[in-house]
Amino acid sequence: MSFFAKASAFKPTGLVRLALLASVVAFSGLGAGPVMAQEIRAVMHSGIRVLDPVITTAHITRNHGYMIYDTLLGMDENLKPQPQMADWSVSDDKLTYTFTLRDGLKWTDGTPVTSADAVASLKRWGERDGGAQLLFKYLESLEAKDDKSFVMTLSQPFSYAIELMAKPSGLPTFIMPQKVAETPSGEAITDYTGSGPFKFVEAEFEPGVRAVYEKNEDYVPRDEPPSWTAGGKVVKVDKVTWVVMPDAQTAVNAINSGEIDYLEQTPTDLLPLLASNPDLTVMTLTDLGYQTMGRLNWLYPPFDKVEIRRAAMAALGQDPILAALVGNPDYQSKCGTMYGCNTPYATEVGDELIMKGPQPEVAKKMLEDAGYDGTPIVLMQPTDVGSVAPQPVVAAQLLRQAGFTVDMQPMDWQTLVTRRASQSPVAEGGWNMFFTNWIIPEVWSPINNPMLNGGGKEAAWFGWPDDPQLDEMRVKFAAAESEEERKTIAADIQKHAYEVVNYIPVGEYKIPTTISNKLSGIVKMPVPVFWNVEKSE
Amino acid sequence: MLAYIARRILASVPVLVVVALFVFLLLRLTPGDPAAIIAGDMATPEQLDRIRTSLGLNEPLVTQFVTWSGQLLSGDFGRSLISRTPVLTLIGQRLEPTLSLALMTMLFTLVLSIPMGVIAAWRHGSLTDNAVMAISVLGFSIPVFVTGYILIQLFAIDLRLFPVQGFRSIGDGLGPFLARIVLPALTLATIYIALIARMTRAAMLNVLDEDYIRTARAKGLSERIVLFRHALRNAAVPILTVIGTGFALMISGVVVTESVFNIPGLGRLTVDAILARDYPVIQALILLTSGIYVVINLLIDISYAFMDPRIRY
Repeated sequence: MSFFAKASAFKPTGLVRLALLASVVAFSGLGAGPVMAQEIRAVMHSGIRVLDPVITTAHITRNHGYMIYDTLLGMDENLKPQPQMADWSVSDDKLTYTFTLRDGLKWTDGTPVTSADAVASLKRWGERDGGAQLLFKYLESLEAKDDKSFVMTLSQPFSYAIELMAKPSGLPTFIMPQKVAETPSGEAITDYTGSGPFKFVEAEFEPGVRAVYEKNEDYVPRDEPPSWTAGGKVVKVDKVTWVVMPDAQTAVNAINSGEIDYLEQTPTDLLPLLASNPDLTVMTLTDLGYQTMGRLNWLYPPFDKVEIRRAAMAALGQDPILAALVGNPDYQSKCGTMYGCNTPYATEVGDELIMKGPQPEVAKKMLEDAGYDGTPIVLMQPTDVGSVAPQPVVAAQLLRQAGFTVDMQPMDWQTLVTRRASQSPVAEGGWNMFFTNWIIPEVWSPINNPMLNGGGKEAAWFGWPDDPQLDEMRVKFAAAESEEERKTIAADIQKHAYEVVNYIPVGEYKIPTTISNKLSGIVKMPVPVFWNVEKSE
Repeated sequence: MLAYIARRILASVPVLVVVALFVFLLLRLTPGDPAAIIAGDMATPEQLDRIRTSLGLNEPLVTQFVTWSGQLLSGDFGRSLISRTPVLTLIGQRLEPTLSLALMTMLFTLVLSIPMGVIAAWRHGSLTDNAVMAISVLGFSIPVFVTGYILIQLFAIDLRLFPVQGFRSIGDGLGPFLARIVLPALTLATIYIALIARMTRAAMLNVLDEDYIRTARAKGLSERIVLFRHALRNAAVPILTVIGTGFALMISGVVVTESVFNIPGLGRLTVDAILARDYPVIQALILLTSGIYVVINLLIDISYAFMDPRIRY
């Protein structure tokens, strides 16, 4: 009798039946994993390793900050600052800001939040945040008045101060206990006591594997409805677990089979795999997406000459780069403003060259007029990060078409971030050009936008434009007395930045989020947050 | 034998010292700056320098090496530069998933590959032999991630028999553990089944023509006893070598399988640490891997003596 004939004749009896039944139950019943009734299992865009949201600007650490800390101020969906932990008032001469903490604020160790905690936290923030550093240049004093209020005094008006303190990304004003906030700003904190809507479960933290947050039962939310980072942060689940899944296909499989509830970033090429699943919703959490941009090194040839920088801008174009990066018209858009489209300071001033591109013939003529001698451009290409790998490949081809000699050097992202900090000549490990991305709230004003800093080798962002005129304009923007005046100055700054080619925006894109239909009440904003979210079974 | 083992263990000490020195220098000469990784995109040169100082990365290389060696001698592998978690804690968290995957893979491999190799050699030139060889070629040729995704699609998504990803400790119960380890182990086993089946077949073919096999058959012994007791035992030395080195390779090479099935093991930890230039973690992992190689090679050498009584140390 053959094996198959024997197999079909096999009739399980007694213990064998029981064993088979047990194994079927063991395997099939555990397919989805034991998820607690009120637990949200989320896959975020990366694993969290650094737990100090002031030492780093990494988005995942900022998201962690929103879980366990509260912010001094919030920003609503109309991009207006709102009270969060504190309300504020400004003196008539615009030099004195008084902040008053609301009632009920408590650390997770049970002690009350005091103004001394807020002052220490703001001082640490002022050492790390680019916009805050500008604000703190004019800081005369920052002192607690009593347990509930503190005063910030400036030497000259800085009308953008409140917007800066309410910004949702970059470095938000997370408030920590005084003893924690007194950690030097170059050293990561090791105490994760917060006063936010969730508590960090340190015992369950496995870097690169999972981070677990429990509802902070002592948190007293504001009464207003949630709107971006403003309003009441009401937690409606017991626990949120961030599961790390480095492989995008695995994450898509996991949400498709119900093993996770939330996938923060879904690659657009995998969306068809989710389209037929009625239990899932694919959405974008905000109208403000990401800006992708190229940065040139002003220190060395050929980009030390403005004419050649302009030729490079003429050579590039947003359409081909977006097609390679996203390749889905629903999630990509051309945008000429350096502040991000759909933002208060968005303007088209000065964007003609990049918006008409690629113009190889125009760029060729500009190069000829500028006397370009064929100096190769070292273009750094990170190969291991999908959101920054395609731009240099397309840019290299466009630049070559315009007559540039391009030396594209593949490397991993971490090599790039190290090398871009080098101010050495290209032959000694320097560089000429690289690409990166920002979420729009990180670039939406001349104060927030890290690139719009003309401080040269000492103070400017990588590429080091030495542009005192730009810095003067930023100071004027910060001190402007009305929103109209700010808009005018922002437009002037953009016009100037395009003329000198401070950087080259090459388009905007959005990344879809996939959410189980069991979840409701998602707060739509550029930062993924988990307050107000309910889970049905 | 005991003297031999002691000598081998002592001999491994200079090997590990050389590995430690080599890895330390290699990492410091590789481009990359953990401070830039910690600080994020907006950091200024001054801020990066402050972080480097706080991590001790601005110290001269010799000072850094002496500090690290001193810690090692006292059993302290240091802390991750990025998460500040003790390195031993990180490795401890990741050891069980990788060991579970490796052992389960080895179990599948041994159960399937050795009988396949023995039968293929026994039926040399037949359809069975060709089928085993064809399966071997396929096992070698299909990349692990393709096998993994096919198994996930079939058994996890279509049939819903297994979860698509994750790992559960055996401490959480045998059911959850097996449910999550079977598919990744089968995936990883395909390559080793191919390798060891071929190796077993080749080694068996070498001994099946020997006089003592003919004698065994002439004595009237059953084919099962001839094959598995007489032939396989004599063919075992090269097979054991391949199994041993294969197991060591598996410990250090499971990263693709761990990624596809989201198993938080040592492979993923290694890749993450390398990408983040997390020097203490990389150094400890390479030392651990070297240690595993030394131990496994020693175990293989010792096992030769049991498989072949002529070998004496």
